[in-house]
Amino acid sequence: MSARAGSATAARGSGRNRELVALIPVALLLTIGFAAVFAQNDSQLSDLSLSYGLYFLAVCLATHIFIRIRLPNADPYLFPLMALLTAIGLVMIYRLDSELAKSLARDQANWFVIGLVLFAVVVQMLRDYTVLERYRYTIAVTGIILLLAPRLPLIGAQVNGAYLGIKIGPLAFQPAELAKICIVVFLASYLREHRELLVVGARRILGVTLPPLKHLGPLLVVWGAAMLMLIVIRDLGSSLMFFAAFLALIYVATGRLSFVVIGMVMFLVGAWVIYNTVPHVTDRVDIWLDPYQDPGDAGYQVLQSMFAQADGGLFGKGFAESMVVIPGGNDPLLPAAQTDLIYTLIVSELGLFGGSAIIVTYLLIAARGFKVALMANDGFSKLLATGLTSVFAFQAFVIIGGVTRVIPLTGVTLPLVSYGGSSILANFILLALLLLVSDRARREARQGRDAERTGVWS
Amino acid sequence: MNARIVRLFAFITVLFAVLIGFTSYWSVFDADNLKAERVNKRPLFEAQQIKRGSILAADGTVIARSRPTGSGASVQYVRRYPDGPLFGHPIGYSFAEQGNSEFEQSHNAELTGEDSEFSTLFDEIRGREQTGHDVITNIEPAAQQTALDLLAGRPGAVVAIEPGTGEVKALVSQPPYDPNLVPSSLPELNADPGSPLLDRATQGQYPPGSTFKLVTATAALDSGKIDLDTVIDAPGTIDVQGQPLSNSGGSSFGQIDVTTALTFSVNTFFAQLGQRVGESTLYEYMDRYGFNSKPGIDLPPDQLSVSGVFGPDGKLLKPDDGVDIARIAIGQERLLATPLQMAEVAATIANGGDLMRPQIWQKVRDADGRTVDQLSPERQSEVMSEQTAAQLTEAMKAVVNEGTGTAAALSGIDVAGKTGTAEVPGREECEGLPNQAWFVGFAPADDPRIAVAATVECTDGQGGTVAAPIAAGVMQTLIGG
Repeated sequence: MSARAGSATAARGSGRNRELVALIPVALLLTIGFAAVFAQNDSQLSDLSLSYGLYFLAVCLATHIFIRIRLPNADPYLFPLMALLTAIGLVMIYRLDSELAKSLARDQANWFVIGLVLFAVVVQMLRDYTVLERYRYTIAVTGIILLLAPRLPLIGAQVNGAYLGIKIGPLAFQPAELAKICIVVFLASYLREHRELLVVGARRILGVTLPPLKHLGPLLVVWGAAMLMLIVIRDLGSSLMFFAAFLALIYVATGRLSFVVIGMVMFLVGAWVIYNTVPHVTDRVDIWLDPYQDPGDAGYQVLQSMFAQADGGLFGKGFAESMVVIPGGNDPLLPAAQTDLIYTLIVSELGLFGGSAIIVTYLLIAARGFKVALMANDGFSKLLATGLTSVFAFQAFVIIGGVTRVIPLTGVTLPLVSYGGSSILANFILLALLLLVSDRARREARQGRDAERTGVWS
Repeated sequence: MNARIVRLFAFITVLFAVLIGFTSYWSVFDADNLKAERVNKRPLFEAQQIKRGSILAADGTVIARSRPTGSGASVQYVRRYPDGPLFGHPIGYSFAEQGNSEFEQSHNAELTGEDSEFSTLFDEIRGREQTGHDVITNIEPAAQQTALDLLAGRPGAVVAIEPGTGEVKALVSQPPYDPNLVPSSLPELNADPGSPLLDRATQGQYPPGSTFKLVTATAALDSGKIDLDTVIDAPGTIDVQGQPLSNSGGSSFGQIDVTTALTFSVNTFFAQLGQRVGESTLYEYMDRYGFNSKPGIDLPPDQLSVSGVFGPDGKLLKPDDGVDIARIAIGQERLLATPLQMAEVAATIANGGDLMRPQIWQKVRDADGRTVDQLSPERQSEVMSEQTAAQLTEAMKAVVNEGTGTAAALSGIDVAGKTGTAEVPGREECEGLPNQAWFVGFAPADDPRIAVAATVECTDGQGGTVAAPIAAGVMQTLIGG
């Protein structure tokens, strides 16, 4: 950053100004996207698309002003990048509305607003986010309960053989989305305290560095939890996402690659056992290896995902040009286009370039997130930012990898792009935490520099 | 910890690069394979959203048209065939789930309007959706109907070609099928023991019997191996490769010329003539007639059968594969021909020795009625000299006037023709009716306007009694006599 030049206020202001400027292309993109969908569906332009763009810009501006006041030093790119993903998601979901005869885009826009409100609430209530450390076991238990909730009677709901959602009355919710934040908070706090012990007490057995047994317990619990998730909620994707974030944190906290390798081996062994015993997981993996064995049923979704991407080519077929339902009926040609396969839809309509743009956006968010971790001054903040960024990035990898057949396809949402309230809410809480960490880190860094300059500390 | 965070970021960058790699594989590098995948219905559904052009008969009768269902973005066109089974062959069908077949498949580009990139792009700029072109065929509904009526439920086929242009006027396969039933009952149609989906006119491979003597005679006369005055002794039975080869009814004809031999379809004459002509010369003339390769008709090559000599393993035999030339010369042994091929033989002789490429289509018209493309008749090969053709025509007139083909005679019109009766014992589906009856010919003999091949499977009758009346009826309909 250019903090060396100019006064502290100017530096702070320029960061926020960058954020403001970055929001304008996002709103423009949304406007153009909506206009394109309008033009495609009704063969005419409507000023309605412009008002959607303005509405979106207004909501973002309000959030921006809130950030200006409450988090003046926070990273200026994270919010515009996340708003960009939300805008792309909104356009794609809006484009699906007429074909699916639903008003998903309106719901999603409402969730976006609620998500931003929740963002503000979290920022407001957690001015000092280190209090989270005090409640880490409460948070951990909450996370586990959230994960197990879909298996509870009355509220649990099964979708495609996986238990990912709960339903209370008309409200459906994917608790794993919130659980990921709880678990990252717990791990960051736990590892901050125990990382030294894990390293110091480690001994080499048969040439492998093992952490001391006493401290291994909690880690085995996490491994057990990941395995339990596979068995209980039967979802390979979310299990993989949690465990990858866990290993990332272990690695960053301890610096021991051997722990990661041991963890991976344990995960693979566990996954192999579960693959051979839980039929739902067996099917998912078999279909991943050979989707053509059952093209009309079990392999349908992943095959249609590949076929739709093949239609996309380099630049895509254009907005609203890809077929989502079988013509003349309501049978899906691209099942779950608004959630699981939204990336496929983007590749089909915007091509390899559109798909790559999405991936690069996630990469930029990861870069900013890790930058926050780099700048943070205490262990908890570093691990928290690393964990949140990792779980966000791994979630994107798991679902994009699923629809492109890098790994078995599972029902994880594409963060901020997929349709779904829980995903939007959870990811704006995640953003709130990241910006809180960022704000403190940059404030401390600036104070440090100011002190240096004014000679107080020297 | 910072170095580790950077390393973690590097790892995630690699993971995301893998995602971009896989995306480019599916969307670009493997895209063509995926689009061609059998279970991938996207290309078909897309085609179904284009208003496919109509297919019309020569007299303007609508053979196939697309009707819209649904509206707006989900509009979809469904194919209708107003006359049902009448044009099931050779037009075929076109449906989203079942795909395209026969003429619908081979003319798909015109019917979907894809053949003219420029006008498509232009239409897109003007905001017009892609519309298919209409294709007008040479098919005469009345001739189709006559052929179906005269086949009268007996499995077989009729092909009628205009000799001077190659225009296909009728192409009928019995049993027919109704293309409108394909979406609902394709499996049943496939399982039907009568194989209604098989176009016998273009895919049925039958021993041509004595109709093939025309090819032998062409080779003998045109190559100069014999002339009209050459006589060969034709006893009732000769011995070929240790097996007796007899005339129908065992009749002995003595010293006869080729005209007489054709008129009375003398096997022992043509067997010896074949030996005199030799494998390589006979094969050369077969090739010129179109044997040994896929016909040049405008139907999908995978839905066309080759005519020729086939080994026991189903492989096409070459002249030096040790074929029994004497029995091939009379259309037996392992010689198999499609009705389309035998119609081309008749059409070639009728056209003075030039084989015109047989074509079902006549004209392509865009949605505004402008003619986009028109058939220009094309000579496929020069089979024989005009003189040879004239000599054969005379002999074929004799067949109808005084020989085996008198049932093909039309009042007031000279007909030239040749009968054939191939015995195919042991065909299970024929339930003891061993004969394949044939008639090929053209009319009027001196100014041919139509050439026909008619064949009936599984009959105990003769070509002259079973097939000749069918050919006569179709020629009558087309000449309008």
